[in-house]
Amino acid sequence: MTAVGAGRIEGAHVAADAAVAPRRKPVDWGALLVHALLLACIAVVAFPLYYAFIISTQSLQEVVQRPPLLLPSSHLVENYVDAWQKVNLGQMLFNSAVMAVTIAAGKIAISMLSAFAIVYFDFRGRMLCFWMIFVTLMLPVPVRLMSTYEVIGTLGWINTYQGLTIPLMASATATFLFRQFYLTIPNEMVEAAQLDGAGPMRFLWSFLLPLSWANIAALFVVLFIFGWNQYLWPLMITNTEAMRTIVIGLEGLIPRSGTELPTWNLIMAGAVMALLPPVAVIVLMQRWFVKGLVEAEK
Amino acid sequence: MKRTVFRSRWLPYALVLPQVAVTIVFFFWPALKSLQLSVYRVSPFGDRSTFIGLENFRTLLADPEYYQSVLNSFVFAAGVTGLSVLAALVAAGLATQKIRGLSVYRTLLLWPYGIAPAVAGIIFLFIFHPAYGVLPYFLSFVTAYEFNWLLKGWVAMTLVIVATAWTHLGYNIAFYLAGLLAVPASVLEAADVDGAGPVRRFTAITFPLVSPITFYLIVLNMVFAFFESFGVIDAVTKGGPGHATEIMVFKLYKDGFIGLNLGSSGAQSVILMAMVIVLTMLQFRYAEKKVTYR
Repeated sequence: MTAVGAGRIEGAHVAADAAVAPRRKPVDWGALLVHALLLACIAVVAFPLYYAFIISTQSLQEVVQRPPLLLPSSHLVENYVDAWQKVNLGQMLFNSAVMAVTIAAGKIAISMLSAFAIVYFDFRGRMLCFWMIFVTLMLPVPVRLMSTYEVIGTLGWINTYQGLTIPLMASATATFLFRQFYLTIPNEMVEAAQLDGAGPMRFLWSFLLPLSWANIAALFVVLFIFGWNQYLWPLMITNTEAMRTIVIGLEGLIPRSGTELPTWNLIMAGAVMALLPPVAVIVLMQRWFVKGLVEAEK
Repeated sequence: MKRTVFRSRWLPYALVLPQVAVTIVFFFWPALKSLQLSVYRVSPFGDRSTFIGLENFRTLLADPEYYQSVLNSFVFAAGVTGLSVLAALVAAGLATQKIRGLSVYRTLLLWPYGIAPAVAGIIFLFIFHPAYGVLPYFLSFVTAYEFNWLLKGWVAMTLVIVATAWTHLGYNIAFYLAGLLAVPASVLEAADVDGAGPVRRFTAITFPLVSPITFYLIVLNMVFAFFESFGVIDAVTKGGPGHATEIMVFKLYKDGFIGLNLGSSGAQSVILMAMVIVLTMLQFRYAEKKVTYR
């Protein structure tokens, strides 16, 4: 449990600080400098988002004026409404949400089950299953591009939600995470459960699941963002406007012909709406996000 | 340690079935088909196929455009990895100095990870826009050089690298913060007592201690840049201008999906497969080391 360990050390930091504090000089110039540098880093990192936002509030004249106007203007509502209607953003946001939530929930569910089988059962082919799940790490979409498309076509899943989600549900990292976690659970607990007459499914449901919530939350945040930000897969699997996700649909706002006037304020409004849900999830669930990210990638 | 196990003839198979089924149908079967495609010549409509051995590979390796895409991939991966790992190390190093408000700073640095590289690419596309973008505007005061990504390949490459690195910064920062917070406070304080300044503490103690994480992150970022970066290229440059930003994954998509050259795309898939296997092996090597250092 790295997150817990790190927290403890962080706590030790604070305690040590408090102990030496009285010997320190009142103004810590070093700390002020670090604050200033950090604020500078944050400003650089935040600028692109700030810029996208202010452009999305400007009229087209303001967008193209020189020198550029680097402040928000008053056209926020009309731009967002225009963008929303122009490419049916509502439907695309809905599709993205379905895709992200289904993939995250599906990966967690099937990974919990297979990790449970691998840790708590002795069966023929156990290691084979484990290795098969592991090898999926080495088969990202591009290395099986055309033939996966063929499989989806054979199943008749082109342009369907199951086509968008089920093929992405295998997860080696989630399976490993649950496996690691189950291995930390004391054997006595299983024995006690067995003495009480609990079968395997009862044990999974009433003992393991309640203990797994922290891991589930952490994985959910990371996998939600993974699902939301998919690009190649929805581009391949969907071919109608109604099934597009927002990340690929956004591209439809950019004119490629050159005869059409590029409405950059609407494009930026679309971009802001495409990035807002996953960014909000990270900011609101930061603790789970960091835990999920750092532990799942082991 | 011997674990207590449950007994059942069929239950474990039922439990692994969903995952294993997805694995077989959508991973192993298509991967085998890719291997098979790479040694066949298939007519564009898929109705006829002839075994031709390594002919697809020979054609591919005689194609200068393919080498261009390999080179582009390496430039792109090195650029994204170098920029985002280095920037993350600096930012994370600052964020672990003993100051107040650390968690607020961390949040403010982490959020770009939520942004899809394609969406980030579109935002940077406008920042770099030759006529309306803010960056060429300010650069025009410094130099008369035209930073037009529609015409100059290296500008387009810089654009996609910066956009991708931006989204990946938060990811790297999260790993470094976890690692840097695990550097024992007592070690740093001992150095403090010995009169080592913050820079010296960082270079002599913190950096060596996080170097396993650095290697691990380099591999992870390479995997990401090689295999997960189709979106940013497709949304922003479509591989252009010319073939300047056509990375391997984009060429594979273009030859397979648009050119319907199944044999060549099969061969390209196999080469990518070899690369991802090597990178995954490296990843797990460093993952082990990372754990022992903690």
